[in-house]
Amino acid sequence: MALTIGIARETYAGEKRVATVPEVVEKLIKLGFSVSVESGAGDGANFFDEAYSAAGARIAASAAEIWSGSDIIFKVRAPTPDEVAQMKAGTTLIGFIWPAQTPELMEQLAARKVTVLAMDSLPRLLSRAQKMDALTSMASITGYRAVIEAANQFGRFLNGQVTAAGKIPPAKVFVAGAGVAGLAALGTAVSLGAIVRANDTRSEVADQVKSMGAEFVKVDYEEEGSGGGGYAKVMSEGFQAAQRDMYAQQAKEVDIIITTALIPGKPAPRLITAEMVRSMKPGSVIVDLAAEQGGNCELTEPGKVVVKHGVTIVGYTDFPSRLSRQSSTLYATNLLRLTEELCKTKDGIINVNMDDDAIRGLTVIKDGEITWPPPPLKLPTPPAAKPAAAPMPEKKSAHGGGGGPKPAKTLAILFGIGAVLFWLIGAAAPAAFLGHFTVFVLACFIGYMVVWNVTPALHTPLMSVTNAISSIIAIGALIQIAPPLPAGIERPGFWIGFLAFVGLMLTAVNMFGGFAVTRRMLAMFRK
Amino acid sequence: MSPSLVTVSYIGATILFILSLGGLSNPETSRRGNVYGIIGMTIAVLATVFGPRVTLGGLPLIIGAMAIGGSVGLYAAKKVQMTQMPELVAAMHSLVGFAACVVGFASYIDTSIQFTGAEKTIHEMEIYIGILIGAVTFSGSVIAFGKLSGKINGKPLLLPARHWINLAGLLIVIYFGHQFLHAETTAAGTFPLIVMTIIALAFGVHMVMAIGGADMPVVVSMLNSYSGWAAAATGFMLSNDLLIVTGALVGSSGAILSYIMCRAMNRNFISVIAGGFGTGGGQAAKTGEQPAGEVVSVSAAETAELLREAKNVIIVPGYGMAVAQAQHTVYEITQHLRQKGINVRFGIHPVAGRMPGHMNVLLAEAKVPYDIVMEMDEINEDFPETDVAMVIGANDIVNPAAQEDPTSPIAGMPVLEVWKAKTSIVMKRSMASGYAGVDNPLFYKDNNRMLFGDAKKMLDEVLVALMT
Repeated sequence: MALTIGIARETYAGEKRVATVPEVVEKLIKLGFSVSVESGAGDGANFFDEAYSAAGARIAASAAEIWSGSDIIFKVRAPTPDEVAQMKAGTTLIGFIWPAQTPELMEQLAARKVTVLAMDSLPRLLSRAQKMDALTSMASITGYRAVIEAANQFGRFLNGQVTAAGKIPPAKVFVAGAGVAGLAALGTAVSLGAIVRANDTRSEVADQVKSMGAEFVKVDYEEEGSGGGGYAKVMSEGFQAAQRDMYAQQAKEVDIIITTALIPGKPAPRLITAEMVRSMKPGSVIVDLAAEQGGNCELTEPGKVVVKHGVTIVGYTDFPSRLSRQSSTLYATNLLRLTEELCKTKDGIINVNMDDDAIRGLTVIKDGEITWPPPPLKLPTPPAAKPAAAPMPEKKSAHGGGGGPKPAKTLAILFGIGAVLFWLIGAAAPAAFLGHFTVFVLACFIGYMVVWNVTPALHTPLMSVTNAISSIIAIGALIQIAPPLPAGIERPGFWIGFLAFVGLMLTAVNMFGGFAVTRRMLAMFRK
Repeated sequence: MSPSLVTVSYIGATILFILSLGGLSNPETSRRGNVYGIIGMTIAVLATVFGPRVTLGGLPLIIGAMAIGGSVGLYAAKKVQMTQMPELVAAMHSLVGFAACVVGFASYIDTSIQFTGAEKTIHEMEIYIGILIGAVTFSGSVIAFGKLSGKINGKPLLLPARHWINLAGLLIVIYFGHQFLHAETTAAGTFPLIVMTIIALAFGVHMVMAIGGADMPVVVSMLNSYSGWAAAATGFMLSNDLLIVTGALVGSSGAILSYIMCRAMNRNFISVIAGGFGTGGGQAAKTGEQPAGEVVSVSAAETAELLREAKNVIIVPGYGMAVAQAQHTVYEITQHLRQKGINVRFGIHPVAGRMPGHMNVLLAEAKVPYDIVMEMDEINEDFPETDVAMVIGANDIVNPAAQEDPTSPIAGMPVLEVWKAKTSIVMKRSMASGYAGVDNPLFYKDNNRMLFGDAKKMLDEVLVALMT
């Protein structure tokens, strides 16, 4: 039997988003579900009941009908205790839950024997999970809206203009933290024509910042700030001091600061001090996107717009809700993608498959049992830097013939030939030869290991240095030129001497020339 | 010095040589690596000179030979242009090969070394093989040098029945090897040895003559490998472990490079050695479809305009840049664009140029920082986000036919996907096809522009246009 998806109205004060939109309702019905929407649920986002019913949804008159009558409930914000109390056992709730911050709610939900999928607990590193990543879609809306909010408060154009009345310089915008929200903010600010700078403790985002058309401001201190999972970590004292200097400098120069710095599970880092705010030009604007976690700016008041020292500080905590139509659409799409994952059979029945990494991470309560936090993902950790030992990039083996392990049959043949050869040598050769042969074979292997590590950029120096080294053959000439002769032995000394002299001379060309030219070449390689 | 002291010195030298190659894994450590090599060589030479196998009477000869050779070497190293590196390397290979021959002959006529029984056979076999490899390396490298420096025509010279000639040569070499091992006296053995040397020399010439210009990276690295094996064979001959180890290091290094180069062309080693693209490939090229579309040419000023408006630029240099000596202009353009905040990077195909890593050295010479010079696999994914991909004097390594046309002679060869960039600009002297004789459909693509003319001259014009 097809399950019913219920969409309840958001009851949180000021929340205008809704968990699904008419367009998505149609697609949910195509997946085999029936959909009930509480009357007036989409009003805040300008999606009205008529549109939902035109899309095929049933309009429920009361919230109670949704909460007690649905098999699956889509929500944006976490439910109230009241709402939880109405849920029947076996219901699946999908929405933002924040299990770490809301232990009581988790207990209540568990007691109702329901299944809860928390959109905030999605393992974001899984590339497969990106289509369901509601945090990302909300963050990019936040970033966009932050710039709009700042422009609204800011008394000037953002772009530079030359008008009949005179030249207007472009506004300077500084974005602290280049995560999803930060990148969205700087992209928006760039497209409005402002000069945009950004900073992040994670140096790998510098390229992304530049690719959006903004300038990356470096902190004059060496430390890498990646804390795993794509988030930043807490930085050292020395780094923070250098960072403060940089922020103080930027505060004096720019007109708008947008801060997005968050560290998971910690209060937001204090980046902008009262002193810095005072040093800003009058009329400047700070938008603090970390207001809910205490704010990146010392003077931020969460949820409010305040003017301090002539600087407007925006501390709203509900940016996505301020763009409710857009955020509802994106959120609804994220939920639709999740539903598709849950219902691969397209028959209106969901299967919360705990073996699926993405679903496992999302599921914080399964049939009344708290399953949060999930076990750590076995992800191939992205290499910190380019692996030093890049044993020839194997990626392109689709085109190239080589690469990949050889089939067992070829390998067996190779081993067979090798064994026969070794047997022949062992059977025929004298012991003295075998000693040298051992050295030879081992040296080949060392050479093999060492040379694979050589970076392709240095292949020419590699050739010239091996060239220089192969002039070691000079030793052969050296010991022939004038060896101590045992008494009574005659040898054609002149000829040998002549040949050895020529040999030595030629190898000396290599010896000196090879090292010298390698040295010359390597001196040219610079950053 | 006692023999034991010499031996430990050799061990030290061996370790230093290994460290020297290991240092090349990164440009940061490479300079120190070279210093290790120099120290290792110094230790090895000094230990030998002052060791028990050399009497003081030889010192004047040794010093004389080293002084002459050393000054020639240093002079060459100082004067050589970076574009001539492949020639220099080939010339040096030939010296190693020649030295191996000379040492082999000297060792053979040296009556002070006496072996009997199996040891004698092994020793003579080592001499025979050592001279064989040395001779092939020598003559092959001389021809490679001639081809690289343009003194010999770069086109593959293909004798009729050449595989049979090679086979016959091999049989003769084996026959005389047999004669040589059974020779009663030194004098009787000399004739087979000389015949074999001549055949080996001829084989080296013949082999490299049959290989065309763009296969040169393979040949150069193969000869590099041979010169190592020659040293190793000499080491066996003289029962010297240092020579064996060093030879093996160099030999495997060259072998790996050859393998990398072959893979970058999606060809196997045997087919490269057996003959150039000019043979089977030439006919197949004609059967391929004529690419449809029009060639759009642009001026230097328009190119400058495209570059100025770009945010991401990837430059793909090829042998043409080396020929035109355009790397310095390329650097100036790069620097100019980078100052404007444009992200300029370089994409290097493993076989671009005439020896492994050739382009990297040229760009380094022109002061291009190595962290913006990327390998093909590092940068290929970035072409779709690139505004302008500029190809300077390269053809086959950016040919989409390698991926799109399974009948193409270069099908399956990994290429730089410049056509995925928003615009690609190809700098070329004319519409002539590349080394492989394959028409390049890239030139006919909608988003491709051609900038005809000498690379250096055109780039100078682009630079002037950028400055204004």
